[in-house]
This record gives sequence, C-alpha cells and structure tokens, in this order.
Amino acid sequence: MRFQYLQPASLQEAFSLLAQHSPQAKVMAGGTDLLVAMKMQKLSPSVVIGLSQIPEMAGVAYDSSSKAIRIGALATHQEVSSSSAILEKFSHLAGAASLVGSRQVRNLGTTVGNICNASPSAETAPALLTVEAVVNIAGPTGTRQVAIGDFFTGPGRTVVGGDEIVTEVTIPDPEPNSAGAYIKLSPRRAMDLAVVGVAVFLSVRNGVCDKARVALGAVAPTPIRVPDAEAILSGEAVNDNLLEQAAQAAMKACRPISDVRSSAEYRREMVGVLVKRAIREALGRSRNQEGD
Amino acid sequence: MKERIALLVNSEEYVVDVEPYWTLLDVLRREIGLTGTKKGCDSGDCGACTVLMDGKAVDSCLVLAVAAQGKSILTIEGLARDEKLHPLQEAFIEYGAIQCGYCTSGMILSAKALLDENPHPTEEEIRKGIAGNLCRCTGYAKIVEAISAVAEGK
Repeated sequence: MRFQYLQPASLQEAFSLLAQHSPQAKVMAGGTDLLVAMKMQKLSPSVVIGLSQIPEMAGVAYDSSSKAIRIGALATHQEVSSSSAILEKFSHLAGAASLVGSRQVRNLGTTVGNICNASPSAETAPALLTVEAVVNIAGPTGTRQVAIGDFFTGPGRTVVGGDEIVTEVTIPDPEPNSAGAYIKLSPRRAMDLAVVGVAVFLSVRNGVCDKARVALGAVAPTPIRVPDAEAILSGEAVNDNLLEQAAQAAMKACRPISDVRSSAEYRREMVGVLVKRAIREALGRSRNQEGD
Repeated sequence: MKERIALLVNSEEYVVDVEPYWTLLDVLRREIGLTGTKKGCDSGDCGACTVLMDGKAVDSCLVLAVAAQGKSILTIEGLARDEKLHPLQEAFIEYGAIQCGYCTSGMILSAKALLDENPHPTEEEIRKGIAGNLCRCTGYAKIVEAISAVAEGK
C-alpha cells in the first residue's frame, strides 16, 4: 500500500484535486473498505483524497425547513445508529447501521461510504431503499440528486462519475404511522456479512396497510426493491394469504448466487421466510403507533 | 514522501516522520515504540489493534497516522496511573481473562470504551461491546466475568 494522501479543506478543493489526479485517485471517507482493499492490493490508487477535513460533510441532522434527515458523507455508522431523528422515524435504518462490522468499524466507517462501495450485501442499502432516500452527488459543474433506487448499477458500481463526490443522503419525512423492520441473516451475530438482508417500511391507516416498501440485500447484483410485493400489500388488510403472496413475489424477484456464504436456493427460501417476518414486525409497530 | 506530524498518545506529544500510507498501528509500534497495541489481521476483523481515539474504540490498522493528528489517542500503555494498574487490567488478571495475551490490549480498550459509555452493562451488552475483538484462548467467559466485575465495582 503506497499512495499520496491529500486532505482538501473544501469541496471545491476536492474537485480540483480529483480532476488533477483522476483516474488514479480514490475518494476516502471512513476508509474501512478502501484501506482493506488497498492492503489486499485489489485497488492501488496513487492518490487518496480524504474528505475528513470538509466540515459540511459531517454529521446527521434533521432539517425542519425541508422536512428531511440529512446524512453527511462523513457520518459514521455509529452516528447513524444513534441519531435520535433516525431512531424516531426510521428505526430499521438505525438498526441496520448498528449491525455493520464491529463497534471499532462503526466508529470509523460511514453509511454514505457503505452505499458508494455498492456491495450487493451493503448493510444499510435495503433500509435506505425503503425510505425514498435521495443521494446528493456533487461535481465540478453542480449538484444532482439521484433516487437511491437508481443509484446502484452493479456489484461495486454506481452512477457516480469519476469527477463526482457524494456529499450526503437525504431522507424525507415518512407518512404518519409508518414503521419499518430490517432483518439480517448471517451465521454470526457480529463481524459478518449478510447472507440475506430484508428491509420493510410501511404505513398503516385505519388498521389497513397504506403504503408498503420491500427491499432485499445480498440476493441480486445490487440491493433491490420488490415492487410486486409492495403492490400486494398496499391498500390491504394484510392477512396470512397476502403475506404468503408478498413472500412469493420477493422470492421471484431475487436473483441470488451461490457462494462461500450460502447456496442460491437457501438464499431464495430465506427471502420468503424473512420477508413475511419483516412485514409482520413492521405492521405491528405501525399499528402500535396508530393505536397510541 | 515523509511528512512530519505530531500525535497525542497517552497525553504525550510525539513528533514523527511518517509516510502518508502508514497506519496509526504501524506508527505506534514501529516509530513510537508502543508495542502494547498488537497487529493481528491488519484488516479490521480481529480487534487486536484497538485503541481509543477521542474516547472511541477504533481499529488502529484502519486509521492513517496522518489522519490521527489532532486526536487524543489512548493505548494500553496509557491506562495505568502512578504504577497502579487500571481496574480492568487488575480484573483481567484476577479472573484469568488473559491466556496468551495477544487480544488483551484491544479487549481491555474495547471494555473501557463500553464502560465509559455504559457503566452498568448487561452481559449481552458486554458481549456486544467486545464483539469486534477475537480471542482464541479463553472462550470469552472469563473476559465477560472480568468486565462485569469492574462494572459491579467488585
């Protein structure tokens, strides 16, 4: 591992460094993925541009004027999992962030970095897919907003261009009486990647499921949403029959591979089991909110 | 090209010349000579290199030394006060929570970070708090007992 390390103090400076050194440069936030990839010689950039000195990229905050939570590119998994705004509105996202690696990794690694690395099993991706998250991508000529559903293009690949930097992810306020669930299946309870990750977020009105979102991780080339399962649940008083239909839709939508962690067949079966379990959990929580 | 940096380790300032790609772990061990921090996997999986940075447990193998400037770093060498071991160090000895010792520095620093944040953790919280620290000798039971004993003031 040998590189030049540059620490720009502003986003503008970061763009000019990136333009100067691209494509030999990599952008680094927490570094928990990039440093390991460089040590293993999977990546060998000659320049690393560290974002840690750019103050506006830090932290998690709720912006009451735009009614959205803003997760800065430097916000660690630990900050996301303990943010009161995220715990209150999107507890399943906080839960997903709390399952990444170990405490030592969560104190360094960032949620925005997690999605930029675009692992199919990225822990926080399914939950972000269920909450209409928007990725803010800045480039030398301006900023663009990309819906998280359009962000991933393949394993390790996103829509972010070589001259661009993701500055933050924003999440708009949820519908009333919304709640979510995230279930990670992995042999170990810590320090492990998901064999399957399932996130559900839904709202309830008069006891009926109003809007539902279902997303899966580690079972396709990218984290995916399952619109067919969502359509089955929306506007319905969810019963066992509908749960089964939603589970079947998710099993049909996923495209798992067999690898060292699991066979494709097992992953698909578990998608069915966990989708039902996550819907039940989320429904229970939203009904409790409506009952309050 | 080497850069001269100042690191604040165990409340003492060290001025060292480092390459930009050297990790905090390597600089602590090789340049500063604080070898209590251990190198295990060197990829953030084992926790042997855990140190506290501004009070937070981090894997020092995943931190660049140049990026640790301006932070307060605590290693195992900084725990004892006036020749007196820290209560966690005493408890690890008393409860037999040390066997080969390789994980111990990181384990104790993770435990310290946990107790600083949550002085009276449940057993489950202790196990979660040290989930990023591998131990191949003890089976963890005695480590959990030692941390519980400190939390309960025994």
